[in-house]
Amino acid sequence: MIKEKSNKIKIINIKELVILFILILITATLLIVFPEHKQKVIKSSLDIFYEMITILPGVMILMGLFSVFVSKEMIVKYLGKSAGIKAILLGIFMGALPTGPMYVAFPIASTLRKKGASISSIVSFLSAWACIKIPQEIVELQFLGFKFMIARLSLTIIFVVIIAYLIEHFIEKQ
Amino acid sequence: MSNNALFINLLVVICLIIAFIKDKEKAKKSLIKAGISFVKIFPTIIIIIIFIGLFMGFISQEMISKIIGENSGPFGILIVSVFGSVLHIPSLISFPLSASLLRNGASITSVAVFITTLTMIGIVTLPLEIKELGKKFTILRNLLSFIIAIIIGILMGMIL
Repeated sequence: MIKEKSNKIKIINIKELVILFILILITATLLIVFPEHKQKVIKSSLDIFYEMITILPGVMILMGLFSVFVSKEMIVKYLGKSAGIKAILLGIFMGALPTGPMYVAFPIASTLRKKGASISSIVSFLSAWACIKIPQEIVELQFLGFKFMIARLSLTIIFVVIIAYLIEHFIEKQ
Repeated sequence: MSNNALFINLLVVICLIIAFIKDKEKAKKSLIKAGISFVKIFPTIIIIIIFIGLFMGFISQEMISKIIGENSGPFGILIVSVFGSVLHIPSLISFPLSASLLRNGASITSVAVFITTLTMIGIVTLPLEIKELGKKFTILRNLLSFIIAIIIGILMGMIL
């Protein structure tokens, strides 16, 4: 509860608003000095804004749901004592569910290691956390399309399994 | 709204309904969290959108396709992979940026390499990763991720 409160105070980041304000000033100046670029700059920004605003609330809701329903304890419980290819796939699945930047994942991975999870499952967990998280994939679908998303997703999973085995091999050889 | 956006929002609504059936309190908490993160991330998104607009408006398509386009070769891939490894921007933003680059002459390969290196490799977070998981693990993971990012990119370029 206390943590929630301190979060609420920091909800609006003054530094970011200042940067935004300065950026708008710079942009306005640039567009006045170089009016020939005006149309392209405004059109590019507005296009992205429209595409973003139709999915952003949904993405945030999904991230909220995952962060409340998938706890760290759950991840550690399921991944802690797994091994083999099943562990790698479970690692990918568990990494794809939660949300948050990479620096949140490293301490979880460290706990997993201490609880006896295999190196390969930790590698796959971190990789999935980094680049195939579900809310993130939704944004990829919206902006880059179904074909791109599926191709990148399948290739990434294949190669993550390979490096998971490789890293485990290198580390356990010693 | 595009078909993809409709599908996405439908998916979210279904997830929300399931969440409310499973646990009403937790579902409410998720919505509050979602609202807070929306307000939090909004200025960042606007900042990046303006940056992308400026970038696209002032840098010509010819220049983009010359540096990271279809015929830019290994040098282009090297440039995006280094940028992707060093930059530290939210992955949510990497997709609109990639889409704009793609529409303005970048190749599928460079965009895929950019996304993969940006998300999987973090020069900024290296010290933390070393502290939590050890030097050997960190170096191996980042190095191999860098290599597979390039392989994934080249394969993507061949498939699509």
